[in-house]
Amino acid sequence: MFYFRLFATYLRVGILGELEYRANFWINIFQSALDLGVALGGLAVVFSHTDTLGGWRPEELLALIGVYFLIGGIIRTVIRPSMTQFMEHVRQGTLDFTLTKPADSQVLVSIQRIEVWRLVDVLIALPVLGTALIRLGARLGPGETLVFAVTLLCGGLIIYSFWLMLSTCAFWFVKVENIQVIFMSMWQAGRWPVSIYPTWLRSVLTFLVPVALATTVPASAVSGRITTSTFVGTIALATAMLVVSRWFWRLGIRFYSGASA
Amino acid sequence: MVAFYSIYKGYFRTALIVQFQYRIAMLIWLLGGIIEPLMYLVVWRTVSEQQGGSVGGYQTNDFVVYFIAMMMVSHATFTWIMWEYVYRIRMGQFSVMLLKPIHPIHSDIADNIGYKFLTLTVMAPITYLLAWFFQATWQPVPWTLAASVPVLILAFLMRFYWEWSLAMVAFWTTRIDAMNQAYIVVGLFFSGKLAPLELFPEIVQRAAAIMPFRWMLAFPVELLLGRVTPRELLIGIGAQLFWLIAGYLFMQLIYRAGIKRYAAFGA
Repeated sequence: MFYFRLFATYLRVGILGELEYRANFWINIFQSALDLGVALGGLAVVFSHTDTLGGWRPEELLALIGVYFLIGGIIRTVIRPSMTQFMEHVRQGTLDFTLTKPADSQVLVSIQRIEVWRLVDVLIALPVLGTALIRLGARLGPGETLVFAVTLLCGGLIIYSFWLMLSTCAFWFVKVENIQVIFMSMWQAGRWPVSIYPTWLRSVLTFLVPVALATTVPASAVSGRITTSTFVGTIALATAMLVVSRWFWRLGIRFYSGASA
Repeated sequence: MVAFYSIYKGYFRTALIVQFQYRIAMLIWLLGGIIEPLMYLVVWRTVSEQQGGSVGGYQTNDFVVYFIAMMMVSHATFTWIMWEYVYRIRMGQFSVMLLKPIHPIHSDIADNIGYKFLTLTVMAPITYLLAWFFQATWQPVPWTLAASVPVLILAFLMRFYWEWSLAMVAFWTTRIDAMNQAYIVVGLFFSGKLAPLELFPEIVQRAAAIMPFRWMLAFPVELLLGRVTPRELLIGIGAQLFWLIAGYLFMQLIYRAGIKRYAAFGA
């Protein structure tokens, strides 16, 4: 409960901060619309020459794009800005102020900066996902919906834990912002089902950078192609990564000595 | 001309030294340029295999070669100037550039070419690896291969002049991210990056022919693949020259207007 109130406070601060830059809202809408245009345009061209792509039908790929935008929006709204800020704090030695606050430092660091206008990506994702779900509707029971929700949550957690672990490296290497750029480059590959990539690339996108788990797995839940082992495996991996990233964070905090002290 | 030669030589040397300091940043820029074509390569290869080995006149192997060539051509011609100019103007670095008795575009061209030379050491093995992995077979047609040299140089120059001119918008507003992105998206559809233009509906192809993007990327790529007739080659070079001259004039115009507006932040 306490952490919900904390999140609400940061959200309010984020909204207040961004209300000063109202033009950003329109710019973000414009940019997200462009992104969506690329994704949908790409689909349109592909499906004007084929009926399925690696076994995926158009509406299933639409669901994948919805998931891609949804999770991408969450990354851009909370994860990326907060982690960027965190790295900056480590570099300047101002992380001390966060550490002395009476709340869990990992939570504080993870939600400290919320770029509200980026939520546009999430807002854009919902109608896309909605359209896809309605088109797939006939086969979608409460069971599938639940599986979808769970895998979506797991996907988000996997991405979050992964990003946290990358950022925690800042305790040792200080300048690691570039890793984020690498991640965002890889992220765009998540727009397509991971099964079409050759094996080595699929392994990279699954294990080295868990893009595939965050987008393909939830989308395969709505298209009814998810297997029990994938489902269980995703939950297990999400849990494991959450635990490991927590452990790694603690390790990093212990290493941190403050730049000014 | 001789003066330019020694100036460029100096610029190249500094460009190489500076770029070498930022090796990691250099590799990261490269990664984006590799992932994107690789992604479309995989998508179209999958489509083609599913359609029994060919789509719209492109065999599976053609797609592989197309996107590997696209990766090389877009690497050879890309610029980052549209992102850099905002910083220069916001941080006041531009004032220093104005003091030099030479047009600032020259140091940017030298920087860009210096970077391309350095990154060739990474791009060449990656091209080779991708070609090996996807078992690409490429039979170069001698005359198109020879023609692709001037075509690539023209493509580089026209892209440079246009993007350099668009970067000048930073004189009027320092928030140009949205414009840059719009430019990239429009380019994506009409340059053949997303898919060979032949696969697009007729109307997109017509639009592509009257825009500059196709002549920056798709045309050199198709030439490398040997899919261009001599007549099309001449038309293409004509279009490239037209856009290069237009870009040059546009650059002169917007640059003059821009430096009048420039008020040196932070000075």
